[in-house]
Amino acid sequence: MNEKPLFPDLNSPPMPQRDETGPAQTNADGTVTVLGYKSIDGGHESTEPLGHVSAETAAEQPVRALILTGFGINCEEEFAAAYKLAGAEPTIVHLNQVLHGHISIHDYDILNFPGGFSFGDDLGSGVVLANKLRYRKNAEGRTLLDDIKEFIANGKFVMGICNGFQVLVKLGLLPNLSGNVTPEVTLTHNASGRYEDRWVRLKVNPKSNSPFLKGIDSMEVPVRHGEGRLIIKGEETLAQIEARALNCLAYTDFDGSPTDVYPHNPNGADLNCAGLTDITGQVFGLMPHPEAFLSLYNHPDWARRKRQNPGLSEEGDGLRLFRNIVEHVQSQRQTAATPQEARQFSS
Amino acid sequence: MDSTQRTIQLLLKPGQHDGEGQRVAEAAQRHLGLSTGRVQSTALYTVRYPVSDEQLRDFATHCLQDPVLHDVALDEFRHGSEYKSYILVAKLPGVTDDEGISAQNALGDFLNQPLDTHTQHIFSKRLYFLEHELPESSLRRLAEDLLGNKMINRFEVGPIAQIRDYTPRPGGGAESITDTVPLVGLSDEELVKLSKDNLYALNLEEMRVVRDHYTSIAARRQAAGLPQDPTDCELEIIAQTWSEHCKHKEFSAVIKYRDADTGEEFEVDSLFKTYIKNATSEVDRQLRANGNDWLIKVFSDNAGAVRINPESLFVWKVETHNSPSAIDPYGGAITGILGNNRDPLATGIGGARLLFNTNVLCFGNPEFSGTLLSNQLHPRRIFEGVRKGIEDGGNKSGVPTVNGAIVFDDRYAGKPLVYCGTGAVMPMQLAGLDSWEKKIDAQDRIIMAGGRVGKDGIHGATFSSIELDETSPATAVQIGSPITQKLAMDFLILAARRGLIKCSTDNGAGGLSSSIGELATISGGAVVELEKVPLKYPGLRPWEIFVSESQERFSLAVEPSKMAELMALGQEMEVELTDIGYFTSDGSLDVRFDGESVARIDMEFLHNGVPRKVLEAEWTKPTAQEPALPTDLDYTDVLSRLLGSLNICSRESVIRQYDHEVKGRTIIKPLMGATGQAPQDAAVVRFNFESWEGVAVSNGILPRFGDIDAYDMSAGAFDEAVRQIVAVGGKLPNLSYGDGNFWSVNDNFCVPDSVYDPTTNPDGKHKLAKLVRMCQALRDATAAYCIPLTSGKDSMKNDFKADGVKISVPPTVLYSMTAKIEDVRRTITSDFKQADDVVYLLGETYDELGGSEFYQLFGELGANVPKVRFEEAKALYTLMGQANDNGLIQSCHDLSDGGLAVALAEATFGHGFGADVELPATGLGLAAQLFSESHSRFVATVAPEDVVAFEQHFGARATRLGVVTQDSQLTVRHNGQTVISASAAALRHEWTNGPVNRIIGFGQHEAAQVS
Repeated sequence: MNEKPLFPDLNSPPMPQRDETGPAQTNADGTVTVLGYKSIDGGHESTEPLGHVSAETAAEQPVRALILTGFGINCEEEFAAAYKLAGAEPTIVHLNQVLHGHISIHDYDILNFPGGFSFGDDLGSGVVLANKLRYRKNAEGRTLLDDIKEFIANGKFVMGICNGFQVLVKLGLLPNLSGNVTPEVTLTHNASGRYEDRWVRLKVNPKSNSPFLKGIDSMEVPVRHGEGRLIIKGEETLAQIEARALNCLAYTDFDGSPTDVYPHNPNGADLNCAGLTDITGQVFGLMPHPEAFLSLYNHPDWARRKRQNPGLSEEGDGLRLFRNIVEHVQSQRQTAATPQEARQFSS
Repeated sequence: MDSTQRTIQLLLKPGQHDGEGQRVAEAAQRHLGLSTGRVQSTALYTVRYPVSDEQLRDFATHCLQDPVLHDVALDEFRHGSEYKSYILVAKLPGVTDDEGISAQNALGDFLNQPLDTHTQHIFSKRLYFLEHELPESSLRRLAEDLLGNKMINRFEVGPIAQIRDYTPRPGGGAESITDTVPLVGLSDEELVKLSKDNLYALNLEEMRVVRDHYTSIAARRQAAGLPQDPTDCELEIIAQTWSEHCKHKEFSAVIKYRDADTGEEFEVDSLFKTYIKNATSEVDRQLRANGNDWLIKVFSDNAGAVRINPESLFVWKVETHNSPSAIDPYGGAITGILGNNRDPLATGIGGARLLFNTNVLCFGNPEFSGTLLSNQLHPRRIFEGVRKGIEDGGNKSGVPTVNGAIVFDDRYAGKPLVYCGTGAVMPMQLAGLDSWEKKIDAQDRIIMAGGRVGKDGIHGATFSSIELDETSPATAVQIGSPITQKLAMDFLILAARRGLIKCSTDNGAGGLSSSIGELATISGGAVVELEKVPLKYPGLRPWEIFVSESQERFSLAVEPSKMAELMALGQEMEVELTDIGYFTSDGSLDVRFDGESVARIDMEFLHNGVPRKVLEAEWTKPTAQEPALPTDLDYTDVLSRLLGSLNICSRESVIRQYDHEVKGRTIIKPLMGATGQAPQDAAVVRFNFESWEGVAVSNGILPRFGDIDAYDMSAGAFDEAVRQIVAVGGKLPNLSYGDGNFWSVNDNFCVPDSVYDPTTNPDGKHKLAKLVRMCQALRDATAAYCIPLTSGKDSMKNDFKADGVKISVPPTVLYSMTAKIEDVRRTITSDFKQADDVVYLLGETYDELGGSEFYQLFGELGANVPKVRFEEAKALYTLMGQANDNGLIQSCHDLSDGGLAVALAEATFGHGFGADVELPATGLGLAAQLFSESHSRFVATVAPEDVVAFEQHFGARATRLGVVTQDSQLTVRHNGQTVISASAAALRHEWTNGPVNRIIGFGQHEAAQVS
């Protein structure tokens, strides 16, 4: 078979088509093969078996990132590219494949909610999707939130960007101070009352314990949202978020100091906060788009910077987040004495 | 209120800032002079689905309410006691209600019930409370002008004690009535009246041909059991198929052209064939002779296709959506952009992946302060509505809006022009077949995919083919639903890759009638069973179902053996698929409802029966002269005023509301530099993350030059688009054997009614002559640069008539160009990069101030319109390609509106470098050197170490102007005198605070929360 492209992309041509066309197939020994709705390589469906971990030891496995799409999510391709560039194996699946139980999130290391306008966002950003995760039950009577809670309890990671962050917040997975997954803060219309695409500078909260942010002080990234203003209800919640350093990212001015001044702070968020983690640091979400700054050439000032410094790295700031989490999962595995038991695929 | 209807109201909690309410109050004061006092905005959801009290409460509090922000009221309209008036904004039946559908989705999840989202059970509304007691007339005006559009919204207004609710009644079946229309034996007057009354938009000759056709086939129809006279559906199908929109009758007409100045006469046998198709054939011949065989599909599908590399195609299309945008700017624009997205999606087999959008908009002056005509919307309102439509259409589809242009001219105040372009990438092969081919065999099923059908957009195709007046129909308005389309798009991409569909086309203008009518020409006929078409609400007649332009729909041709798999995939991805008939090869379009014939038309007559028009064109060169301007102008002041002028000033407030970098592939965005405020010439987008190949995108449009000479306007617009791509590092095609450097160009003509009529259009011949000259220039330009056209569009009746006044657009042509970029890392941006770089002018300046922005400042037009010297231009562009190969150019900005002075100023905006420039001593006047808009020129900067190589390479084509400076001052000298001296910051301030950003407003944070 042809070699897979080095880097993922969906606009490049597909490889020659394979004959398999069915949505899910079971072979003689009972292994279920599910064709992804979109794969990361060139827009053709993957025939990689999804939803099943083979007998190899987990340490030899690539880090697996599951990226949800469908229903108006639209940043899944660059999200997958980020993981691919960071050395992980990303898989893009339609939300319904997970909701209908064709794919188990437990076969993956990182669960990802990309940006976009899930279900059009007409009801408030992320609301309908969060609602679906909380209430829609599969044939076994479980909601996806039940699975996500178990996933986190197993020490795995969840990341949400932009609309995905909104979903995690509306669902109550962030900041989840109480531990019972109820919404404690909200993301609402920018103080400017409008959607904006502009580049911002972020400062990482040095006290944050999240492996996503390890070793990063600051980064430049674009924001592209209309509802990114974090509002924190009540002094108590606010104090706890600060005390536990859950406000892991702050918008800063040119000097690197957190600011509430527009446009450096593009939405007027409380605590000038651009991203949150939960107490464990395993769940991480942010409004800006690190997956849109994978290459130097995404930056608006790339041409001048490259002129100034011809040896400048061709990598964008955003990629560091993905490298971090992939390396973290790999190192976790190396330290783990025994591989985690794979949860059997059920459907 | 019936018993099963429940209401949920969401109110902001006390202390939460009501931004929307505040904006409404401010806008009412500012635009309408109405003092509302405080305004409270609330959201209403009417639930028409059986739920218990407890379910309703829990649904409202768990699913709709944001516990941080909202309070909830059930089955009441709660408001503060200080409010005296209310305005309810509901949607008319069948109008897209994405918010209601979303709520319904949430209810289904909450109840864990399979709640079909295709039938609406939840209706979203807005309910506003106003502190002041206002008369109903004022409330209604506020509602219609600021809160909605009476074409799509139902408003209830009044004192707060008497709140009236309104909920549309959807769902249900069709009204299966098909009438015949007596035609045989009608007189000419009666034929004309019939066409006008029914919005057929057919002229007398066409009506006669239809009448005579039915007379001639009377016996055959009788034998087949069909009525002698045509059915309503048949006439609608003919009117739609023969509409200017679909048939391009004027571009296919025989034109008798006469030059009144020289007496020269000639006949054009179809503008399209002569100047567009044949010109492209000649270009293709030259390309192929030189080993460049990348031109794959031109003018024969929904979009043009060129080959990027052996594995993939680039698909490119630009459309207009002018008439709907004049009536409902938001709905018109969002429908336009989503509709244009469907063209590349449904090219060939279908399933291309969208890569980017671009938009060019032409509006009247948004600061217009005169009296509007009946049903004419204020240009500011059109501007804001269209901008919002493009924001939602692009952002919510996940397609970046990578560049665009906005042109202001008072003549666009009646009908704006809304050009929407979309680029996409498609694999060369889909499931083993050539992706760009459309194949259909008899017995293949016809599948309608996507949204449901309502009365929206009925007569869109014919309506866009006539001029607008104050009685223009409400049904011609549609609102796109980006989320519905996104689902259909995701589905189509996958279905095509799995080989489940044979080919696809979109349902745009003309609806099923157009899409099936066109697909049926491939197999040679079709049978359509209209009773199967799912409807949004009851009461549609069969003909309405067939011509409705309800959005987000595709028609697919599917082999019967693939049906089961296709339907399963649709169900999994929640896209409604309906089998509505099958293709045949018997030569007729056979439309039925419950087995009864609704229409049966001979395909040959339908597609080839339209009579050819014969039109007259007469050219006289307009008398124009150069103005005498004061000689003691302060050029620093002139430059500042130019930078703050409507057509040059910053568009940042618009651009930032478009997502221009979703997909993570945009390399040159509309605004670049450390400040993010340096305007760029062309956008550059890479195709994927595994290679550095990409595409450059540009737009050329110069309507005001057409007031002097339409030929030069068209040639100039073409050159402008070419040089923008050259500026960012693109290379002309066919420079070397088999270089594979594709270009794909869309021509898009929007002109006023150019058919001569002694009373209604006395200058029609002159307008048509302008169109002919525009086409001649296009032919000459394509030949000169060897650049092919791959798709095009013409919109012929851009006039707005009301109260006895006609506002006609100036003849306008947009050239939308795309070209391959071998390595996006080597592209060039416009902003200065480093102090001490040397500044050059590339190309030659002439005494060509005619039609310039400089003259415009003084209210003058002038006579010396810029001319394109194709030979010289091509030689320069070739040199630039070579220079870029050697990395000799650090920044490059093309010279256009405002000439050299404006280009120099704009190049300082990226970082704040200045420039010290000495204009050369030539015979040319100072004003012309600074502000002439002569074509094919650039300002380029060169690193000091490359100066020798650069000058050697360009020779006399490069003029050394000066150096980039660290001091942030722009200084221009001439003959030892300083003629311009300004700080880059001051110039940027003028440009940034121009009228566009003032009107759209910058996104400052609103006043802090009231608490």
